[in-house]
Amino acid sequence: MSHRAIVIRWGLAGLAVATAAVAAQAQPTAPAATPVKLGIVSFLTGPAASPFGIPGRNGAEIVIEALNAGKAPAPFNTVGFAGSKVEAKYVDEAGSAANVVTEFRNLVQRDQVDAVIGYVSSGSCLAVTPVAEELKALTVFYDCGTPRIFEEKARNYVFRVSPHATMDNVAAARYLLAKKKNVTSYSGINQNYAWGQDSWRDFVGAMKVLAPKVTVDKVLFPKLFAGEYGAEVSTLLTSKSQALHTSFYDGDLEGFIYQEQARGLDKRMTIIMTAGEAAIWRLRDKLPDGTIIGARGANGPLARDTEINKWFQKVYTDRYNVPPTYTAYQMAQSLLGLKLAYEKAAKAGGKPNADAIAAAFKGIEYEGPAGQVKMVLGDGHQGITETAYGTYRFNKQKKEPEIVDIVRYPAECVNPPAGIDADKWIAEGMKGAKCN
Amino acid sequence: MLTASAILTDGLVYAAYLFIVAIGLTLIFGVMKILNVAHGSFYAFGAYGAATAVGIYTNADWPAAIGFLLMLAMGMAIGLVLGIILERGILRLVYGKDEVIIVLVTYATFLILEDVIVLIWGPQSYAAYQPMVSAGNIEIGELVLSNYDIVLVAIAALLAGLAYWALKFTRYGRLLTTVIFDRETAAAFGVNVTLVYTVTFVIGAMLGALGGAVMAPKIAVTLGIGVEVIVLAFAVVAIGGMGSIEGALVGALIVGICRAAAVHLVPQIELFVIYGVMALVLVVRPYGLFVRAQPRKI
Repeated sequence: MSHRAIVIRWGLAGLAVATAAVAAQAQPTAPAATPVKLGIVSFLTGPAASPFGIPGRNGAEIVIEALNAGKAPAPFNTVGFAGSKVEAKYVDEAGSAANVVTEFRNLVQRDQVDAVIGYVSSGSCLAVTPVAEELKALTVFYDCGTPRIFEEKARNYVFRVSPHATMDNVAAARYLLAKKKNVTSYSGINQNYAWGQDSWRDFVGAMKVLAPKVTVDKVLFPKLFAGEYGAEVSTLLTSKSQALHTSFYDGDLEGFIYQEQARGLDKRMTIIMTAGEAAIWRLRDKLPDGTIIGARGANGPLARDTEINKWFQKVYTDRYNVPPTYTAYQMAQSLLGLKLAYEKAAKAGGKPNADAIAAAFKGIEYEGPAGQVKMVLGDGHQGITETAYGTYRFNKQKKEPEIVDIVRYPAECVNPPAGIDADKWIAEGMKGAKCN
Repeated sequence: MLTASAILTDGLVYAAYLFIVAIGLTLIFGVMKILNVAHGSFYAFGAYGAATAVGIYTNADWPAAIGFLLMLAMGMAIGLVLGIILERGILRLVYGKDEVIIVLVTYATFLILEDVIVLIWGPQSYAAYQPMVSAGNIEIGELVLSNYDIVLVAIAALLAGLAYWALKFTRYGRLLTTVIFDRETAAAFGVNVTLVYTVTFVIGAMLGALGGAVMAPKIAVTLGIGVEVIVLAFAVVAIGGMGSIEGALVGALIVGICRAAAVHLVPQIELFVIYGVMALVLVVRPYGLFVRAQPRKI
């Protein structure tokens, strides 16, 4: 054997040993966990993006990062979902209902996501629900408020951790009557679609039960994203109402506030904004002092000072330089609820499928940044939480918005009991409400 | 009486808003026969430009009047640049093509410009309320009117007067009228139709952007504002007659007064009333109030 052949032989042998050693090092001790794929749908463009969609998306980003790093507070401090890292695909909710449904199908059928969390608009939720059921796709609605989702039909794969709009409006009526005892008539301005109509229906129903002698004056339903409210402001200025109910949000809320302030409407009547909290950091001193503010639950400045809330406030504010508003909270609550359900289902071994996660999700209870969630309505698919209302004022010394005079309402005080539709519960006098 | 005066004032303010937005659209259609969907983008760019200007003058603590003029100037300057880019860069290439193709081109341009807004200003919304707040309000009986709304009506009236004067009493206006009446004949008589097209489109773009600029203090300047506007502007132009400036004025007044009356008296039909009026007018006069049916050229 030549010297050259010996060198080659020993060289090859050495290479084989080195390769084997490297391979042994690289050999996993256990199969790598398959990532959990989530579709996160929210308004990323359009009028609802800035006040709602983007904070919701940011809430998802910050919570998913913390979960993947195992840095969320207990009991959410295990890595990802049951040890599997979470991969999120962010999708824009903007567009027609048909477009929203197409994007949902893409997420489920093309991208094969394990679950979809999303939707701000009640219209989107109503459109997606039957498709989610048809595709057996686990779906968690994070913000849309219409009670109809679980009242029209029993659902198997659709969940909503955030309470529906009934709670917002029943609590708004209770707060108004507690703080403004001289109210004899009130008006409403709400967007002309499911969210606005349901909100107004529940508010009027609750007022009839709680103060039957107080009358409804002007009822206005401008179209979504109308932009110009001159005639509406005039109509309200010529009314005799002492209070104005609105579930306006996004650019509609901001445009309405600019226009009514220029004409002094808020000097004549107290405005109750059931979704006003999302605008306080933008409107600041433009939002009239004395406005009654809701946050679609005990979110944002209305949230209790718990450890998990302090953690969420900090990580969000550190990243985005603005405190989280209620859609960020709702997204965080939804993700944490799904994580618990996933991990409960995963205890059976292997990667759980949609049926197993759905079975585990039904009826769970847990504490998130916005308080205790109880999945008790809609056969365990719809959550309830406590809620709170307060009065807005801009602190001129600190140059910061504040919500003062906060009143908390237990979940069982402002939500219908299981098995009863919201409007029926209100119409029958809100029987069984436990407010103490 | 109170309701009647409220309907009249609200109707005038809404009509002013509609006219400022629709005049550019109808001018472009009248001269170029282009149904310009991208007009909504001019409005949106004008509003964003105005919001930027308001931010500059608020931070610099300039007097409100200067800030207001800066806002208008910024909006119109953006319209000028955008108009030149679109007409010279895109529309010039499709002149002579089927009208449907041109509409699709303007629609595609509209979608692209929505994304350009995101690239320039980001997805967040902007507030530009300071000029409206500085203007204050005036109380007439129980009704409180915003002085800014009165300024809006004055701007619309000024625009209507200017358009009338420019079309009837200036050389360019007469040239424009000949092109509106018959493009081929005007060209045969030596009118530089290409130049007329460019100038008209740029003026239309500036008017659309001006509409956005004057509305910016009243609204949240946010993504998608151009969509609503273009639908309303089409309704106004259809009522008055495509290409007719006096038609746009009368259409805006009809829609403004009818909508205000609906909000005050029968708010349930507010959504329906604008398009109900449009349908009614088109049933009686299919080409709008100020445009007659024209024989087809062969």
